[in-house]
Amino acid sequence: MNAAEAVIKCLEKHGVEYIFGYSGGAAIPFFDALVTTNTDIELILVRHEQGATHMADGYARATGKPGVVLVTSGPGATNTITGLITAQMDSVPMIVITGQTISPMLGKDAFQEADVFGISLPVVKHSYLVRSHEDITRTVNEAFYVATSGRPGPVVIDVPKDISSTEGVFDLDAAMDLPGYTVPGHGDKDKIKQIAKAFKKARKPLLLVGHGCVLSSAEEEVRELAEKLNVPVVTTLLGKGAISEKHDLSLGMLGMHGTAYANFAVKNCDLVCSIGSRWDDRIVGKLDEFCADAVRIHIDIDPSEYGKMITPDYWCVGDARLILEELILQVEECDSATWVEEVKQWRQDYPLKYDKIQGGLTMQEVLAELDKQSDSEAIVATDVGQHQMWAAQFCKSTKGKNWLSSGGAGTMGFGFPAAIGAQFGRPDDLVVSVSGDGGFQMTLFELSTAAIHKLPVKILVLNNSYLGMVRQWQELFFDERLSGVDMVGNPDFVKLAESYGVKAFRMSSSDDVAKVWEEALAYNDGPCLIEAVCNKTDNVYPMIPAGANYDKMLLEAPSEKLDKPTGST
Amino acid sequence: MKDFQTHTISVYIRNNPGALMRMCQIFSRRGYNIDSLVVSPAMDGRFSRVSISAKGASDSLKQINLQLEKLVDVVHCIEHTDTEAIVREMVLVKVAADATKRGEILQITKHFGGKTVDFTDNSLVIECSGASSKLDAMIALLGNYEIVEMVRSGQMLMARGGNPT
Ligand SMILES: Cc1ncc(C[n+]2csc(CCOP(=O)(O)OP(=O)(O)O)c2C)c(N)n1
Ligand SMILES: [Mg+2]
Repeated sequence: MNAAEAVIKCLEKHGVEYIFGYSGGAAIPFFDALVTTNTDIELILVRHEQGATHMADGYARATGKPGVVLVTSGPGATNTITGLITAQMDSVPMIVITGQTISPMLGKDAFQEADVFGISLPVVKHSYLVRSHEDITRTVNEAFYVATSGRPGPVVIDVPKDISSTEGVFDLDAAMDLPGYTVPGHGDKDKIKQIAKAFKKARKPLLLVGHGCVLSSAEEEVRELAEKLNVPVVTTLLGKGAISEKHDLSLGMLGMHGTAYANFAVKNCDLVCSIGSRWDDRIVGKLDEFCADAVRIHIDIDPSEYGKMITPDYWCVGDARLILEELILQVEECDSATWVEEVKQWRQDYPLKYDKIQGGLTMQEVLAELDKQSDSEAIVATDVGQHQMWAAQFCKSTKGKNWLSSGGAGTMGFGFPAAIGAQFGRPDDLVVSVSGDGGFQMTLFELSTAAIHKLPVKILVLNNSYLGMVRQWQELFFDERLSGVDMVGNPDFVKLAESYGVKAFRMSSSDDVAKVWEEALAYNDGPCLIEAVCNKTDNVYPMIPAGANYDKMLLEAPSEKLDKPTGST
Repeated sequence: MKDFQTHTISVYIRNNPGALMRMCQIFSRRGYNIDSLVVSPAMDGRFSRVSISAKGASDSLKQINLQLEKLVDVVHCIEHTDTEAIVREMVLVKVAADATKRGEILQITKHFGGKTVDFTDNSLVIECSGASSKLDAMIALLGNYEIVEMVRSGQMLMARGGNPT
C-alpha cells in the first residue's frame, strides 16, 4: 500500500461517501488510489476547484458530515482559497487535500509549486504539510477530529507527491497527537444557573439564535427553551431553521435586512441571550448601542468570541445543545406575557410585504411561491445579493440544515455548487439553489456536474440584469451614481442550460409563477434551471444601514437622502 | 496611538512547522506590533517556549490571548506582569575604543555587571544581561562613546514561584 491508498482507506474509515475533486500532476497518486483501492467512495469530478469546495461545503451544511475535497498543487490548490474562507467564516467542517510538488523541490519554484500551507494559513482552522509518509494516517485522523469538533472549520492537508507515492505499512487507526487542542462540551453549571436567574428578572427577554445551534443540532432544545420560558426568538441569517420560522415564538431573521418585528424586539428587549452567534456586524449595527440597556448573555463554544464584539453580562462556554439541555432544567416561565403580546402585535402591524408589478415579476413573489409549493420543506442554497436577503425573508426555514448560505464571507458563486453538494448528501430531499444573474455566472460551469449525475436540483436564477445589492447601495448612499453594476451581456440562461443538456424554464410575469414552479418541482429526471426575469430596480427592505443604530431601520424606500454608512462594507 | 502598553506573554506551543507563523498572524491581523520574540525548545523537545513582548491596546490583547489559545498547536498562553515574572534580556555591544577610553568603558561595564567578551586594539565587545531597563541605561551611557554595533536578544521570561510560565 502507498500513502495515497492509505489516505483513501482512512477516508473510508471516517465514513466519507464523496470526494469533490479535480485532478492534476501532483494529485495523480490520490486519483490512482481511488482506482487501485477499489473504494466505494465516489469521486465527483467538478469543473473548477472552487466549485468542489462549495459542493463539499453544501454537503457538510446539509448533512452535518465533513465535506472532502481533493485537488492538485499550485493553481488547483489556490482555486480552493475562496471555498476555504467561506467555510472558515461560517464554521463548516471540511477537509481539503492538496497535491504538492515532490519534497526535494519544495521552495525551489518547481512547476506548479505553491506555498499552499502559507497561502491558506489565515483561512483554515488548522493545516498540515505532510513531511513523511509515516505521519499521514495520523494527520488524516487529526484532520477529521479537528474539522468536526468544537467550533468546526476547514482543514488543509498538503501532501508532496513523493510522499503520497511512498510504499509502507500504515496504521489506519494511528493515534492523534493534539496536546494543545481542547473541545468545550458541557457548560459550567454555576454559569448556567446565573443565566437562568437572569431570565427570572427579565420582562422583555429575547433569544438570539445562530449557526452554532444548527451545527450542534440543538433545534429541539431551542424550541423547548423558548416555550418553557415563553420568550420570542430571532435568528441570524445562518441560524435560520434553528427554530421553525412557523413557530409562534419565532420572529425570523434580525439585523440589516431582518424582519421589522424581529428588529423591534431587539431594540426593545431588556435581556438578549445569544446562543451560537457571534454578534456579527450585520446584526449589531452600531456596536456600542446594540442592546446597550439590556442584560446581555452569550453562550458559545469558542472562548475567543468572549468580548470580541460585545462583553456580555453572563457568559458560558460549551456546546449549544448541552448547555441548553441544562438551562432548560434550570429555568421557569418568564414574566413575559405582555411582551410576547407586544411582539405579536408588531408582527401583525409590520409584516413582510411586497408589491406586484403589472405585467412584470418581483423576486419576492417567486420566492414566496416556492415557499408555498414546497411547504417550506426545501433545502434552499442561496448565493449572495438581494435575492439572498429576499430568500431569507420569504423562504421559511422549518428545520436546521435546510438553509445554506454564505454568511460570513458573502461569497458570490457559492449557492449553486452548494446545492449540488447538498443534493449528493440528501438525494431524497428537494434542493433549490437560489442565485442572482451575477453570482450564478461565477460558478455556472458546474451545470455539467449536476447534469452528469442527473441531480434533481432546481436552479433558480433571479435575473434583474444588475449586481442588484451593490446597485441598491449606490442608489441609497452614493446619489444614484451606478458604477460597475450593469450586467449587460448576460447570456440567455435558458439556452445556456439547454446547451449543458439541462432542462430549463422561464418566468417573466406574475401569471407564470405558480405554473412554472409546478412544472419545475415536478421535473425530476435531472437538474432544471428556472430563469425568473425580474424587476430591475427593486430594493430590499427593511434595511438598517451598516453600522447604524436600530432606530435607523428603513421600512421602505427613504424619502430623503441618506448619510454614507459608517459600518463595514 | 492611544494608551498603547507593552505586554509580556509566554506561550507554550507544539513545536510544529508553521506554528510560529500562525501566532504572528494573529498579532499582525489585530494591528499589534511585536517588539521582541524569543523562541527556544522547551524541556520536552516536542514543545517550544515563546516569549513575546508586544505593544497595543489592552482590550485587544485579551482577544489576542484567546485567539492564541484557540490555535490547535498552542497548549497555553499566559500574560505576565513585571511583578509576577522574571523578565530578562541580553545584549552584545561593540564599542570603538582605543587605549585612552578603555578604562572608562570598562568601569561602566563593571557597574552594570557586564563583561568584555572581545578585546582588540580599537574595539571592545561587552556582554550584559538583566532587565531591559538596566540594559537601556547601560547602552545610554555607552552612547557617549562610539557604539559600532549592538544586538539585543529580546526578552525571555519565567513566572515566579509556583506559577507556570
Ligand atoms: C465573489 C464576490 N464578488 C463581489 C461581491 C460583492 N457583491 C455582493 S452582492 C453583489 C451583487 C450580486 O449580484 P447578483 O448575483 O446579480 O444578485 P442580486 O443582488 O442582483 O440579487 C456583489 C457584486 C461578493 N459578495 N462576492
Ligand atoms: Mg442580479
